[in-house]
Amino acid sequence: MVTAPAAVEIRDWGWRHAGRRGWALRHLDLHVRPGERVLLLGPSGAGKSTLLAALAGLLGTDGGAEAEGELLVDGAHSGRSRDRVGIVFQDPETQLVMARAGDDVAFGLENRSVAPEEIWPRVDRALTDVGFRYGRYRPTAALSGGEQQRLALAGVVVLRPGLLLLDEPTANLDPDGARLVRAAIADLAADAGATMLLVEHRVDETIELVDRAVVLAPGGGVVADGTPAEVFAAHGERLAAAGVWVPGHPVTPPSRTAHAAGQVLIEARQASFRYPGADRFALADADLQLRAGEALAVVGPNGSGKSTLAMLIGGLLRPTAGEVVAGPGMASVRPGTHLWTWAARRLAGAIGSVFQDPEHQFLTGRVRDELELGPRRLGLGDGEAARRADELLERLHLGHLAEANPYTLSGGEKRRLSVASALATAPAAMILDEPTFGQDRRTWAELLELLAALRDDGRGVVVATHDLPFAAALADRTVSVHDGRVAAAAR
Amino acid sequence: MRLLVPLVPDRGAVLARANPVAKLATAAALMLAALLAIDLVTATLLLAGELAAVPLSGLRASALGRRAWPLVAVAVGIGLANGLFPAQPDASPLLDIGPLRPTADSLVVGLALGLRLMAISFAGLLALATTDPTDLADALAQQLGLSPRFSIGTLAAVRLAPLVAVEWQTLGLARRARGVEAGRNPIAAARLFGGRLLALLVSAIRRGTRLATAMEARGFGATPSRTWARPQRMRPSDWGLIGAAMLIAAGASWLSLALGSWRFLLG
Amino acid sequence: MSSIAPDQADRWRTVDIVVAAVIAVAFGALFQAWNGVYAWTEPIFRFFWPAQALLYGVWLAPGVLAGLVIRRRGAAFFGGFVAAAVSLLLGSPYGLDALISGAVQGAGAELAFALALYRSWGLPAAVLAGAASGIGAWLHDVPIYYPEVDLGLQLAYGGFILVSGAVVAGAGAWILTRALAETGVLAPFASGRRQRPV
Repeated sequence: MVTAPAAVEIRDWGWRHAGRRGWALRHLDLHVRPGERVLLLGPSGAGKSTLLAALAGLLGTDGGAEAEGELLVDGAHSGRSRDRVGIVFQDPETQLVMARAGDDVAFGLENRSVAPEEIWPRVDRALTDVGFRYGRYRPTAALSGGEQQRLALAGVVVLRPGLLLLDEPTANLDPDGARLVRAAIADLAADAGATMLLVEHRVDETIELVDRAVVLAPGGGVVADGTPAEVFAAHGERLAAAGVWVPGHPVTPPSRTAHAAGQVLIEARQASFRYPGADRFALADADLQLRAGEALAVVGPNGSGKSTLAMLIGGLLRPTAGEVVAGPGMASVRPGTHLWTWAARRLAGAIGSVFQDPEHQFLTGRVRDELELGPRRLGLGDGEAARRADELLERLHLGHLAEANPYTLSGGEKRRLSVASALATAPAAMILDEPTFGQDRRTWAELLELLAALRDDGRGVVVATHDLPFAAALADRTVSVHDGRVAAAAR
Repeated sequence: MRLLVPLVPDRGAVLARANPVAKLATAAALMLAALLAIDLVTATLLLAGELAAVPLSGLRASALGRRAWPLVAVAVGIGLANGLFPAQPDASPLLDIGPLRPTADSLVVGLALGLRLMAISFAGLLALATTDPTDLADALAQQLGLSPRFSIGTLAAVRLAPLVAVEWQTLGLARRARGVEAGRNPIAAARLFGGRLLALLVSAIRRGTRLATAMEARGFGATPSRTWARPQRMRPSDWGLIGAAMLIAAGASWLSLALGSWRFLLG
Repeated sequence: MSSIAPDQADRWRTVDIVVAAVIAVAFGALFQAWNGVYAWTEPIFRFFWPAQALLYGVWLAPGVLAGLVIRRRGAAFFGGFVAAAVSLLLGSPYGLDALISGAVQGAGAELAFALALYRSWGLPAAVLAGAASGIGAWLHDVPIYYPEVDLGLQLAYGGFILVSGAVVAGAGAWILTRALAETGVLAPFASGRRQRPV
């Protein structure tokens, strides 16, 4: 693939989004030579995505946004050099346009009016270059997250960009998917020689892909610039505190207070589930017990059945076979009752289920109302509801957001809100599906501490996740799920 | 409430391989003939003609049946509504309770209207159930001159449809987890539905916005012209299909006219 | 909410097209379930079937909502028409007739916004659009479904559709638009512009 790598010149550049008072970035000076591979770092909100979007020519000043300074790709303003730039975003689902793999890669070529006889050979070439394992006719809906992201990459590199921008390409993927995508990026970097700017949280694994690291400050400009080793040596501590995963700065796991687990709260016996219309079981013959005062991790890759298991033990799905019942440890409930038969109100009072996407559980237009909803549903009265809300706002550092609309919160704040809303009903068990998904180091550490504290308080905590370090740091017991089958692995 | 996903027919079948625009024209011709006449003969003949095409479609009869049942149910309702509550009975009615005054004649008319509705709808159902949305978008833009930005832009949104369906389910489960469930009270149920719909729209609109950005980043809409990776054109067999449909449409109407049974919609 | 200068002279942006289509897709998918509701509740209304039209509003909603969110010429029509088209692609059995329905319903809403000179997007305009969409639906349904029915019942049917259109599609879509704006998801649109900077 012949690509002339592009040069990037940024002089005293700044950007203010429409409707915001503060500047996302200001007085930014950065020069990237053709063929260089740069890692952009900084805390959440440091404007990294804004910079990439600007380089891709996607930011416009309509609606009241403001720009200053110069942003040049190969000497031309970024708005005019869109076809020299390719950008890959973090959510694979919202980058794929077509229902079939080959059609999606061909999309960019059609847009650029490439001659029809040239299109398919280039598509096939791009699919091979990213290591896509399936052919042109593969339905995009049947691909795993990692494969979808590879396809998105193919769709971008088929256009032979001189500048390749990658905005957290592995953030939404499980470890296997992330590996697939990193391998594809490594191959491309080796052959193509395009200039590359990469934003990534999982810094450990991306170091080999880049030769330079640049740190940005929120509302400011470049704070550090050099080889990754230099930058981490000089700024590692500070970056880690701000939420960046710096190699060599692991999060210290909370100390474990040794105590025996209490009574059984929830028990699954040979529980199986098949989604309506599916031919295979998503989960088969699962046996599981959750006790008070213990943290249980359910690990496995995406699609293994972890989420199904989490929803079964949360009483949200009715088992196709087998049963999920309340144990003797569940207060004011007769042991042996099936969870799926419980009224929603009772369920919320006993079990707090936290979904992978916090937005799925937002029911009101105000953070405070979200927190008061649960207690009110339990009939606890306005005074008690308000008291609990205040306590949770305090505990999870959401006080300043009490009047905000939940959808306007940042990723980390939304996650904390969804956990807090589940806690508001003081449930005996908490079940969380991928709580660390898309979270930075700071939220990761906070969640770890919070869940460990809940466990120490005597609650039963279940975390379904593919984040193995998190599971290792928190769990007293680990259970792995693969292809719908559960295998226990004691700690 | 479960949401359905598109039917996937056998791709080798005659109808599946036909050009999308040709199929639309075919369905339109049949629909027009059914629209204009409200007599039993025309409706029955047209519907028979359409049902005869089912083997050519590659769709399993059971799948088609399951998909078509709301249509049948509504057609029955339509038949009864028109049959039992006619405008002016010519003969003496079989029953006479206010507007409920069916006559033998009105019941026949009711049957005709029910079958007519099915004839109107079934052609389109077959045409679309055997058409891939991507091919349809391509054909509409290439052959009918529809703006590619609108055609492909809409197609991209349609690709998100299965995700939207799954999201609706997940939102229901999430509400149960928060202790909120539709009870007996219809007002509460309506508010719950509204909240769930809001959440669905938020997620759908956000996905749409991101998709639009990604499309623009790949050059969509930057220049007025584009090339096509999957050319769509009419072949002789496609013209043949349209011809066959027009024959059936004309034939059914003519036969009904010859039998003296044809009745125009208006008057 | 009203009298904001419209972008009516401008070309539709990609985001306008895709989001209008996505609104239509969300409703088009919902129609599948709503078709079921209509079919199941048929027996309840057997003796006074015009009253079933109280459920009609859901079908009229996408046109009004697309108009209120996108605020461009043609958005309401697009929303109504594409929602019908999507429901067909997802397997609704009503054939091309659904497209005619969607077109006249969308056209009704579009007409209402046009009468407001595409400048007014508040509750009155929304209710008018919902009602107008209902009239379009009635003009389609009577010749196709109920041509032989007693005039009094035809008019009753029209009355129920009008009410459902005005309340569910009109006021309902307006409430949804306001709620959507508060979540921040309408930031790319005029309908979502905040009054004060954050």
